[in-house]
Amino acid sequence: MANLQFDLVSPERRLASVEATEVQIPGADGDMTAMANHAPTITTLRPGVLRVIHSGGTDEYVVVGGFAEITADSVSVLAESALPRDEVTQEVYDGMIAEAKAAHDNAKEVFKNEPGPVDDAAKLIADMVAVGGHIGLTANN
Amino acid sequence: MPNLKDLKNRIASVKSTRKITKAMQMVAAAKLRRAQDAAEAARPYAERFNAVMGGLAASAAGSPSAPKLLSGTGSDQTHLLVVMTAERGLCGGFNGNIAKLARLKAQELLAAGKTVKILTVGKKGRDAIKRELGEHFVGHVDLTEVKRVGYADAQGIAKDVLGRFDAGEFDVATLFFARFENVVTQHPTALQVIPATFEETEDESTLYDYEPSEEAILADLLPRGVATQVFTALLENAASEQGARMSAMDNATRNAGEMIDKLTIEFNRSRQAVITNELIEIISGAEAL
Repeated sequence: MANLQFDLVSPERRLASVEATEVQIPGADGDMTAMANHAPTITTLRPGVLRVIHSGGTDEYVVVGGFAEITADSVSVLAESALPRDEVTQEVYDGMIAEAKAAHDNAKEVFKNEPGPVDDAAKLIADMVAVGGHIGLTANN
Repeated sequence: MPNLKDLKNRIASVKSTRKITKAMQMVAAAKLRRAQDAAEAARPYAERFNAVMGGLAASAAGSPSAPKLLSGTGSDQTHLLVVMTAERGLCGGFNGNIAKLARLKAQELLAAGKTVKILTVGKKGRDAIKRELGEHFVGHVDLTEVKRVGYADAQGIAKDVLGRFDAGEFDVATLFFARFENVVTQHPTALQVIPATFEETEDESTLYDYEPSEEAILADLLPRGVATQVFTALLENAASEQGARMSAMDNATRNAGEMIDKLTIEFNRSRQAVITNELIEIISGAEAL
């Protein structure tokens, strides 16, 4: 089967660059799986688990924010922040949740009369909690 | 002629100065390598990002519904200058060059009747332009506590800038920083970030599907683009600072070495003169008998 070139980069470093057979992407409008000869697509990401399946097994990353660029023979994920799943300990996860909550509180304060940003922030928290469910961590309240 | 004791003290003092500058040069060299690695590691992200944004921006630029971050507010009356410099001195002309470029730009804008607002990052640049342009300062970002600039720092600055933009405080934002060429050359650079400018990509443009919509992606990515550009600028600046410090300290070490040589010669001459004097006294004393 044809492979595609997968790159995962964050602003600070390149996390992965491998030949993959398929990549599961947490898109803003829903998950999607990219395989070779996928139609060229650009999608933004919601916080979630990115799964890369290649000949050596499966790699999982927790990504927050950013976008993915899919072409027929490559997938580039530009994530605002990305961590290999193993590095997301309860401690790190708590930090991420706390950050999302702080952003929510901040949004509530700044945009008192505009529901848009507040809802976005609330959705971020919900997404983060869902990420926890995927990787077997729970959000402490 | 200065006496021997004084000369000896001066030699000792210049020697310890040389030790310090030498140590600073070595520290700067180590830090430079780290800063360069960081800049290198950040490059793939910035390149991909700009490529995608370039394509998006080109297709959206014409439409009247394009976001303000891209198309501008329709006026260029108020300019925000983000002057990014180091937190420390002793790095040659690094801070001075950036400050000078920013100052020239500010004077040019003021002469054209525009309003200028200045946001400083790093206290050295702030000090350098305070006297002349102090009344235009609107804010300052302190990075004294930051050992290694991370993306979070860039996000903080970008958030500050975007907040001001949303509040209608300015129309055009320009970053001032030094682009790292090599250890001896750093170019002070002005980069306009709002309205966003992207280099035209030459390669054939693929037709992408956009999810959600093209406009939504653009609106989501433009603020991130500002953060990315600020981050790139911070990293370039960090590498430039260490490069500038390294060459400045190299010069200082060499100058101290030359000074020590000169002083040592002078010291030896004075000592010889003293000895000769004593001999003359002894000989003439003996002859008088």
